[in-house]
Amino acid sequence: MIENRPLLRWASHLVLILGVGIIFFPIYLTFIGSTQSAEQILGSHPLSLMPGGHFIDSYRLALFGGKTTAGASVGAAAPMLLVSLGSALIIAVGKIAISLLSAFAIVFFRFPFKKAVFWMVFITLMLPVEVRIGPTYEVVSQLHLLNSMAGLTIPLIASATATFLFRQFFLTVPNELVEAARMDGAGPMRFFKDVLLPLSGTSIAALFVIQFIYGWNQYLWPLLVTTDESMYPIVMGIKRLISGEVYVEWNLVMATTILAMLPPALVVVLMQKWFVKGLVDAEK
Amino acid sequence: MKYPLRALALAISTCLYLGAAQAQTEIQWWHSMGGALGEWVNDLAKDFNAGQKDYRIVPTFKGSYDESMAAAIAAYRAGNAPHVLQVFEVGTATMMAAKGAIKPVGEIMRDSGLAFDPAAYVPAVAGYYTAPNGQMLSFPFNSSTPVFHYNKDAFKAAGLDPNKPPTTWPEVALAAGKLKASGHKCPFTTSWISWTQLESFSAWHNVLFASKNNGFGGLDTRLVFNTPLHVRHIENLANMAQSGLFVYKGRGNAADATFVSGECAMATGSSALYGSVTRAGKFAYGIGTLPYYPDVPGAPQNTVIGGASLWAMSGKKPVEYKGIAAFFSYLSQPEVAAASHQRTGYLPVTKASFELTDKSGFYKKNPGTDVSVTQMIRKTTDKSRGVRLGNFVQIRTIIDEELEGVWQGKKAAKQALDEAIRRGNEQLERFEKANKS
Amino acid sequence: MQPRSPFRSAWLPWALIAPQMGVILVFFFWPAGQALYQSVLQQDAFGGAVEFVGLENFRRLFADASYLESFQTTALFSALVAGLGLGLALLLAVAANRVVRGALLYKTLLIWPYAVAPVVAGVLWLMLFASPYGVIAYLLRLMGLPWDHVLNGHHAMALVVMAAVWKQISYNFLFFLAGLQAIPRSLIEAAAIDGASPWRRFWTIVFPLLSPTTFFLLVVNMVYAFFDTFAIVDATTHGGPGKDTAILVYKVYYDGFKAMDMGGSAAQSVVLMGVVIALTVLQFKWVEKRVHY
Repeated sequence: MIENRPLLRWASHLVLILGVGIIFFPIYLTFIGSTQSAEQILGSHPLSLMPGGHFIDSYRLALFGGKTTAGASVGAAAPMLLVSLGSALIIAVGKIAISLLSAFAIVFFRFPFKKAVFWMVFITLMLPVEVRIGPTYEVVSQLHLLNSMAGLTIPLIASATATFLFRQFFLTVPNELVEAARMDGAGPMRFFKDVLLPLSGTSIAALFVIQFIYGWNQYLWPLLVTTDESMYPIVMGIKRLISGEVYVEWNLVMATTILAMLPPALVVVLMQKWFVKGLVDAEK
Repeated sequence: MKYPLRALALAISTCLYLGAAQAQTEIQWWHSMGGALGEWVNDLAKDFNAGQKDYRIVPTFKGSYDESMAAAIAAYRAGNAPHVLQVFEVGTATMMAAKGAIKPVGEIMRDSGLAFDPAAYVPAVAGYYTAPNGQMLSFPFNSSTPVFHYNKDAFKAAGLDPNKPPTTWPEVALAAGKLKASGHKCPFTTSWISWTQLESFSAWHNVLFASKNNGFGGLDTRLVFNTPLHVRHIENLANMAQSGLFVYKGRGNAADATFVSGECAMATGSSALYGSVTRAGKFAYGIGTLPYYPDVPGAPQNTVIGGASLWAMSGKKPVEYKGIAAFFSYLSQPEVAAASHQRTGYLPVTKASFELTDKSGFYKKNPGTDVSVTQMIRKTTDKSRGVRLGNFVQIRTIIDEELEGVWQGKKAAKQALDEAIRRGNEQLERFEKANKS
Repeated sequence: MQPRSPFRSAWLPWALIAPQMGVILVFFFWPAGQALYQSVLQQDAFGGAVEFVGLENFRRLFADASYLESFQTTALFSALVAGLGLGLALLLAVAANRVVRGALLYKTLLIWPYAVAPVVAGVLWLMLFASPYGVIAYLLRLMGLPWDHVLNGHHAMALVVMAAVWKQISYNFLFFLAGLQAIPRSLIEAAAIDGASPWRRFWTIVFPLLSPTTFFLLVVNMVYAFFDTFAIVDATTHGGPGKDTAILVYKVYYDGFKAMDMGGSAAQSVVLMGVVIALTVLQFKWVEKRVHY
């Protein structure tokens, strides 16, 4: 760090540990729950804080499907995880790509109706998917995109958040850099590729995590757009377990929830390695 | 000379085979049964498909009841609705009023030529899904009814006889008092408060919940659950709440978990809770009938159903409707219906399936499972066939909200009921206006 | 705000915005227009009997006293969620930026709540607080606080605020951290050499440089609080007790999805959209002036 202030450092660690502890507590409980049996969970009040002995059983059932103690047979989570992975990646990459281009145009160019374009993009934040879901379904149906990866992902790519964030970031880019590129004779796309993109590393990494998770957690839209159970994403699998009318096998729900949280966590680690580290090194 | 002939024969038989395979009609069935119940649905479909070659039922889980309804509506508007949709009982009026969106079951069965006797179905169950002119509109699939669950161990600890559950509300209050005295923190609770304490309460006492025979008689029905009897009951519950005898545990089925865990000793709730309690409850368990007021003439009459039914959407091909008819026929077979009833805890759909279950000794082996049936398998009166209102979802929420004011001690019973009726009638008026044929 | 020498090209900007415009025109504006048009219609759920009723749905809304009350509830809820969400996340981000050891671990652990789907998050929080399972409710009762979110309006509000903030903290943390890490070390080092304390350095250098990110998060959090929190309310309190936690967007969702009242739901969406657009325009006009680009 800049100077050595051990007190501040200890304070920071304390804050972080407290914060992480509180924030992580519900997830810890979920993990504990996934290691118990359904009867144990339903029978313990309050929920116990100690792990049970059913770790392997719960996760095996959750991942690969099979018959539960209650006689239900659950679908395997593994294929659903793949569907979620595919659609989340497409959504994240798609959103970032088109938003980078749009934000670049809005900040670094002068063209008529520029303000209107920005607000048009921004307004997409003001009407959540749930409200317009019926008509969106009709459009997708007319385009014959039902039950397809395209139908699952493209309608969700209209993102204002990414464009907004990139706009914020691009506005902080010093004019000198733009001038320097110009003087070197570089065209706008050259500037974009060689100067802007590398600078945007942290933002892209952060956005990728967020948009990946956004795509990953979609529930209502896949519910409407897919009828083929092989196209069900993982959140639908979780919801299906909870909709057991009266007897819910919580250990399975929790095991599947934990499984569903692993890929996003992995994405965070990867993004950290690839983008941020590179940036910190570049600074030196 | 042999080969061309053989080739021709092979070609013809292949064509016939392919033709026959293509002739299998697929029927899409959207449902909301997750968990173990989803397994039941899949088994029914598998069994039906294996038993004949002409039709193939394809069940798809489409989320909770409201989600699958929203999905079906969106699909219908886009022109690709499923063939069969499972709709919860409160959505019945909405489905009935949906112009041209559904095809009545009675019509389908009649057109198919298959044997169909409306009288074979349990009257209190099927009557709910029947139009005023006697035509069955949807197929009763999974119906439950409110019963009285109680914790026998808690009873013993409080000095009550575990084999004699309270049958009247005064007895419930007494039992609750004894339970509280023995240290129990939650003597009595209930889930689905509108369904158990107002709707079923009304039918059980043979009084109206809403005018025009609870909505069966026309769209100009209005709420009437603020009679002295209703006010008296809510006041009793409010007093019990004040003295800690009745503990409100939330809307919907939030209270169920508190009974299964043993936290609450007595609970009125769905008969379908049976499965959870026997699997996860760690206490001796008993089921009694829904309590009533002994001084009301005509009580106990019968209770009203919950659950869902199967509706057939319109705009499908005739051969597909034949398949739907075949499937409903299959579901009505006594063995199939009896097996479903025993497996899930839902009510038996036909009288024959009830008798079959009775004869097999199921009720003796599983005491208490016949309570729900006996509460329903009676002749219904005009006032007790159930409550069928438009915008019922909103009305139930309004009732939840107003009654919460009573449990909080902020409102008097009569005031809450009057306000609920005022707000609820607005919903009914709107429904009437929107659906005037 | 605009760079002093933007690029000039007649066609390039249009080509750059074309993909995004294409997607939002087909998949947002067209369906959104249809959805909003439903606000002036009265129809049965399946769209069979459609009737144009002008502003009747809106009139019905504003005649309902409880609808007007929910504006207050929503304002309180959003202020709490945005305030707590941003404040706590900033604190954690600053702390995480200071430590070198374990940074990755903290970051990974903190992102997990965001990875929990909203439908599941609501259920989890219910399990933390609802009897009989609620660990935290149990502890609170042991400590003497009779927790009852079913009948106590304040407890109910606290519950939904906590659940909403919990989900959003990771998001804010991630962006604050990215913003902090993008601040050139040289600036901070220079100030340190000048003798400025960490507290001083934060408020005079770091916070202003962080303001673009802060502004972004302020707008996004407000939109989140207004629009994306209905799943949490739906899973925990259903707007109760009474109407104590019935925020505006919950009613939109409820009317559209449970009550099948398309006209009413669409009318409410129009009103809600109007409110949020107004708030956003205000933020852009007043708050953005103080943002340091």
